[in-house]
Amino acid sequence: MAELTKKERVAIPAQQMPERPGNERNKDFKEVNLGLSQEQAVLEASRCLQCKNPPCVSDCPVSVNIPEFIRLISERKFIEAALLIRRDNSLPAITGRVCPQEKQCQSRCLRGKIDSSVAIGWLERFAADYLAAAQAAGEVSAETMAAKSDAIKVAVVGSGPAGLACAGELARMGYAVTVFEAFHKAGGVLVYGIPEFRLPNDIVEREVQQLKSNGVVFETNVIVGRTVKIHELMEEEHFKAVFIANGAGLPSFMGITGENLKGVYSANEYLTRSNLMGAFDRNSDTPITAGKKVCVVGGGNTAMDAVRTSIRLGSEQSHLVYRRDLAQMPARIEEVHHAEQEGVIFDLLTSPIEILADENGWVSGIKCVKMQLKEADASGRQGVTQIPNSEFIIECDQVIMAIGIKANPLLTAATPELNLNAKGYIQTDATGMTSIPGVFAGGDIVRGAATVILAMGDGKKTAESMNNWLSANA
Amino acid sequence: MYKIVDRATVGLNLELYEVEAPRIAKSRQCGQFAIVRPFDHSERIPLTIAAVDKDKGTITFIAQIVGKTTREMSTLNVGDYMCDVAGPLGHPSEIIKYPQVESGKDPVVVVVGGGLGTAVVYPQAVALKESGNTIVSIVGARSKELLLMTDKLGEVSREVICTTNDGSAGRQGFVTEALKDLIEELKGKGSVVAVYTAGPVIMMKAVCDVTRPYGIKTIVSLNPIMVDGTGMCGGCRVTINGETKFACVDGPEFDGHSVDFDELMARLSTYRDKEQEKLKSYEHKHECRMFKQLDENGNK
Repeated sequence: MAELTKKERVAIPAQQMPERPGNERNKDFKEVNLGLSQEQAVLEASRCLQCKNPPCVSDCPVSVNIPEFIRLISERKFIEAALLIRRDNSLPAITGRVCPQEKQCQSRCLRGKIDSSVAIGWLERFAADYLAAAQAAGEVSAETMAAKSDAIKVAVVGSGPAGLACAGELARMGYAVTVFEAFHKAGGVLVYGIPEFRLPNDIVEREVQQLKSNGVVFETNVIVGRTVKIHELMEEEHFKAVFIANGAGLPSFMGITGENLKGVYSANEYLTRSNLMGAFDRNSDTPITAGKKVCVVGGGNTAMDAVRTSIRLGSEQSHLVYRRDLAQMPARIEEVHHAEQEGVIFDLLTSPIEILADENGWVSGIKCVKMQLKEADASGRQGVTQIPNSEFIIECDQVIMAIGIKANPLLTAATPELNLNAKGYIQTDATGMTSIPGVFAGGDIVRGAATVILAMGDGKKTAESMNNWLSANA
Repeated sequence: MYKIVDRATVGLNLELYEVEAPRIAKSRQCGQFAIVRPFDHSERIPLTIAAVDKDKGTITFIAQIVGKTTREMSTLNVGDYMCDVAGPLGHPSEIIKYPQVESGKDPVVVVVGGGLGTAVVYPQAVALKESGNTIVSIVGARSKELLLMTDKLGEVSREVICTTNDGSAGRQGFVTEALKDLIEELKGKGSVVAVYTAGPVIMMKAVCDVTRPYGIKTIVSLNPIMVDGTGMCGGCRVTINGETKFACVDGPEFDGHSVDFDELMARLSTYRDKEQEKLKSYEHKHECRMFKQLDENGNK
């Protein structure tokens, strides 16, 4: 394609992501977004204005060279585009699907000032999937590396986004990396938390296999802190450095009456049963309660995942109960839209105060109050207050609490030398090192519940720090 | 994969497995459990580690056949592999040397095991004995075939009292009656200073009701429904002194007098129908296969 003029670029309309219709997809767990076609990807990429000082890059936690990979797509150099992304982002097929692009790279895209931002996430996903398909078809040889026999041993605790990103970087630097995972399957929140319809487990598995062919060893069923302690890894198993990325992973409850009734789940339990254990499939050995009328409490991505899962498990009505308004919801905009299309009922400015039971101890409803927004405080966040005498009941037979997570004390309690902050998260210095020399940490166990890409950014940056530290100390 | 090195049926529907799991064998302390997934399609089930052999790098657990997973697991034999074994999980038991309460007289620590719970109190009895305590064991079951580990408990106990509901072995009746009599009997003779108990929730509740008026410290080992066993899912939440705790990371052992047993019993029934259905359909398929095989053999 000949070089386009700016005028020609601006004339190209934004492409739409092909997606399965709401009332078809809400009955199964197959992926909602189908991915851009090649023609769409080239057109969408051609919308990019190729800014000299691209604001999108500075808003990316791993600084992907966005204009360059988009230019390569516009020139139909799809594989080159994917390999370029991979230099900065080891998991593009994942981030292309789950990053909150509208709050990061796409938020300051200059094209957005003209009509709408370039769909950077969709293009990232396109390139990553194209490369994977080409590799699977044998058209491109997969990257393989093996750690040298005398390579320095480094341990990564947790195989979620932070752990995978860190392991990938460290392997590339030539370290012998072992990733310890508490579950029976690698991927962390990517496999237990995010549902198939948003991020198929096969895609995570593909990335894990890629790391394995790059020499990374995965040891599952190891709960660091219980199965083996950090100091044992270092002293007895001769790991010269450790990266702790075991996530936050302790679900919060509201502390209201009735939360331990039958039919009340944390979103973590509900999603783990469905995603990791496959309970969405009737033939699975792991049971799950499929409510007829389901209330999910919360407004983040996890709440969206849970409420959309409940629809797919066959609920007649699925409510999302959130104490603030639509504009304050922390979930990705795309997930909110998808949830609306699939028939989720939004009960906004609504807060539960009690969960009610039937005569058999099962949930029968939640008593709620209506809320109103207050003036924004100095930080710009709007609080809410209860509207007096606004109590009402939503009848339901299942309640899923998706109101956030806290620091899981399992590893930190077993490692008293680690300095923690008041909330129990691990404290690190600017390089990501904890109070134990050679032990680094990142992701949710440091920053509290955040996003996949921020965790990956931690993993990537900390791998650099670990390399520097190991060069000086090992 | 975790190789099975020993295997036995130790009672009616009570199956013992000794499995190679060197990391767990090395770090496990008394009272901790493992999460087992016998096959790749199985659910994750928590099982108390009854014993370990650090030299061999093995752990032993006993599972009662109650649902599809435990039934299917029982088809595994020595030399077969378990798909996943993760642990050790939970806090270790509180094992201390209990001081005298009556001068010059040895105080008694009682372990009370009901059914499969005996596999939980057995390692406690061993550890308590090693710490210098005098142990009396009370083992209860519905009938003789369900009494577990009485000989092994005998090795560390001053006395083992068996009770069966049907009177087919030992004293007819419940462990609670035996416990109450023992507490009364040992008054002025050292006294019962602590009770460790594990078994059906209704039994643990009854044991706590017996000890409460005497103010005897009673430690229960709880077995709620759980998925990951690391605090991640919160499915195992129990109410202790009015506060929600996660049995997997805060327990599994708690002060029995603080536990809301009724809530625990209710929560344990969450999947009962589904589990029965699964078991039935598994056994139906299994029988069909057996008949088919018989048929084929017959035609040969």
